[in-house]
Amino acid sequence: MRNNISAPLELDTHRPQLLRFAMLQLRDESAAEDAVQETLVAALQGAASFSGQSSVRTWLIGILKHKIIDHLRRSSREKPLAPAPDETDTADFDSLFATDGHWAEQPAGWGNPDQTLQQSRFFEALERCLRDLPKSTARAFMMREVMGLESGEICKELQISTSNYWVMLYRARMSLRLCLEQNWFQGDASSRSQT
Amino acid sequence: MKFNLNCKETSRLLSQAQDGGLAFTERLALRIHLRLCDGCTQFSQQLDFLRRAMRAYPGPDSNAEKDNTRG
Repeated sequence: MRNNISAPLELDTHRPQLLRFAMLQLRDESAAEDAVQETLVAALQGAASFSGQSSVRTWLIGILKHKIIDHLRRSSREKPLAPAPDETDTADFDSLFATDGHWAEQPAGWGNPDQTLQQSRFFEALERCLRDLPKSTARAFMMREVMGLESGEICKELQISTSNYWVMLYRARMSLRLCLEQNWFQGDASSRSQT
Repeated sequence: MKFNLNCKETSRLLSQAQDGGLAFTERLALRIHLRLCDGCTQFSQQLDFLRRAMRAYPGPDSNAEKDNTRG
């Protein structure tokens, strides 16, 4: 019984988390609020179909992902994404490499992944790093990694070329890697117990 | 297509590999480089971790824990 949805109020306790999730991808407060509202309405209507096998939050986020994709599709039709020039260039990562193309500083080990992924504080750090990504970069990256869409579909939806897409995802991964390195892996001693 | 990649080129191909964008020769060149390069092997593991973390985002469900204690 514990996972039954007893009241709209219970769903509403998830609203702040859902809103943060939607904001990261839509980067637009009213669009994010719309997507969350649609999610909660759909959840209420479909409460009977909730199997109780996953947590309520996991179920809600599953619905929210679809609502976000709907919003992204609509908005990219109305206003195609225009990546800023520096979102499709990798020059600012040049300093990570020596002139011969080798790592200037070797990438470090990140400890035990299973342990890290059990810590909610890690995900708070990840969320802060995601928030720092430029809008278009974050959008392409999250469509790929959170929504799990195929590359071809993302290029089509966002109306960007394949080569720009690859650069944007490379940029996203390089930025996140540096950000996590700085804000989690170097700062948090407990996560480095394996080194 | 050249086979002796440097780390900078390798890092880009490793990212591209996550999006299913590599030709057979590129995959081969990657494998050769990774066998010889600890830095890029480490980087490759970081990318795999990043993917896992994004799939797991938003992370452990604190509400579920509360639900469970409520019984």
